[in-house]
Amino acid sequence: MLRFKLPPLFLLLAALLFSNLAMATPSDAKVAGFAGADYWNVVKQGDQGSTQAQGQEAGQLINVAGEEWRLWRNQWVTPAGAYAIGGTLAILAIFYLIVGQKKLDAPRSGELIERWKRLDRANHWTVAILFIILAVSGLSLLYGKFFLRDVLGDSLWANYIMLCKLAHNYLGPLFVLGLLFMIVRWMKHNIFNGTDIVWFLKGGGIVGKAHPSAGYMNGGEKIWFWLLTIVGLVVCASGLVMDFQNFGQDRETMQIANLLHGVGSLILIVGSFGHIYIGTLGTEGALEGMKTGYVDETWAKQHHDLWYEEVKNGNDKSSS
Amino acid sequence: MARMKFLCDSKRCIECNGCVTACKNENDVEWGIQRRRVVTINDGEPGETSISVACMHCSDAPCMAVCPTDCFYQTDDGIVLHNKDLCIGCGYCLYACPFGAPQFPSDAAFGERGKMDKCTFCAGGPEEDNSPEEKAKYGANRIAEGKLPMCAEMCSTKALLAGDANEVSDIFRERVIYRGHNDGAWSMSEEELAYDATQQKV
Ligand code: SF4
Ligand code: SF4
Repeated sequence: MLRFKLPPLFLLLAALLFSNLAMATPSDAKVAGFAGADYWNVVKQGDQGSTQAQGQEAGQLINVAGEEWRLWRNQWVTPAGAYAIGGTLAILAIFYLIVGQKKLDAPRSGELIERWKRLDRANHWTVAILFIILAVSGLSLLYGKFFLRDVLGDSLWANYIMLCKLAHNYLGPLFVLGLLFMIVRWMKHNIFNGTDIVWFLKGGGIVGKAHPSAGYMNGGEKIWFWLLTIVGLVVCASGLVMDFQNFGQDRETMQIANLLHGVGSLILIVGSFGHIYIGTLGTEGALEGMKTGYVDETWAKQHHDLWYEEVKNGNDKSSS
Repeated sequence: MARMKFLCDSKRCIECNGCVTACKNENDVEWGIQRRRVVTINDGEPGETSISVACMHCSDAPCMAVCPTDCFYQTDDGIVLHNKDLCIGCGYCLYACPFGAPQFPSDAAFGERGKMDKCTFCAGGPEEDNSPEEKAKYGANRIAEGKLPMCAEMCSTKALLAGDANEVSDIFRERVIYRGHNDGAWSMSEEELAYDATQQKV
């Protein structure tokens, strides 16, 4: 528990130390002296010596940043992520039990409208499946050791966690491509406008009978899109930094990339729970659109009335 | 219970790299990996100091704390060992280690590093003591034979000490006393340096 308070304190100390000695190097006559305490303090800041060893950063005797990274990763990101995931699942379960599914409020008309082209659906499901594989393997890498090793036994655990690493490292770059394609293709649908403000003010009509207007995409969907765009790109970039260590990134770069990657991914995983809930259990008729490409007119009128009008008036600006 | 530690006496190390060679040879360490290295600070300048460094077998080991596969274990003697069958080569131990001890045989794209390798304090790995499997994966197991790590045994100036922390610090303390100064060997300034080479050990 005490550990939770350590990182800020540690940073402060490090900052103090650093400010005192920032200008010193081990070769300063005063510091060098006969290799006393000041000398080792400077070495501790990561000063490079010379060595016959050829490995990367071989000349660096001490790197204290690793301990800081350990604290941030183990004492903050790991528990915070677990609480966030557990909490979100609990809230969704309670919400479902109390409010239940959002039903269509009129019977289906039987008339279908095309909502997602084949390419949109292929893109969505490719990214979705890769996301799930990456989330499961990533969560296993972060949390697996706490219980999976005991459950599986050493030899299964070794194979499973190796598979997780391979899947993560080789499918990750494919996810980057899929996500980039999706961002470029769908950005035009997701520019916020006045309609979204009203939509947010009415809470998206999730509870009760309110039906805030929405175009092709509603405010909630747009938030998910921008979350995937902004946080997703951070996750992709930091992931690529870690995946291609062959370019010689130093340890500190990796530590930062790892923290950004972990925090960003946990945010996306929590967000995806909301997205998956609303798209399946939470809303009657929502999944059909992404499954078949077509939605019922009743559903369109109820959830995306402005888009429905556009389609009916024959000037559907959304579909490209 | 003994707590095994290395200590390199920086006033004695002459950067001969004998420990590095002894380690490589004793453990048949893979190409491209050096479990031990000697770093010289201020090479050729006043205050030149050399130190031999490898895994320091930390009591609260950062590598152990971050490993996603939980493949590290600490022996009763406090030696930090790892199980290569569980290692996935993610590199986290290297990011966390203060001394850059974990090394990898490969450095290819997509995080293909191979299995991590590091100093075992000449104590092998989880396989049966001195079995061919243990030898192939981790190198020698001198501890099982009641011997100390080869690097320290071969050190030409006895700068590198290995063994029970209490004994190692006793030896070091004795040296410091005979070198003669006020303040513990690690915080010496030029004025305090009063080494008297004629001093005889009683
Ligand atoms: S590998 Fe590094 S962190 Fe782990 S015990 Fe050795 S010195 Fe400590
Ligand atoms: S490289 Fe191997 S030993 Fe190091 S943290 Fe990853 S799995 Fe553990």
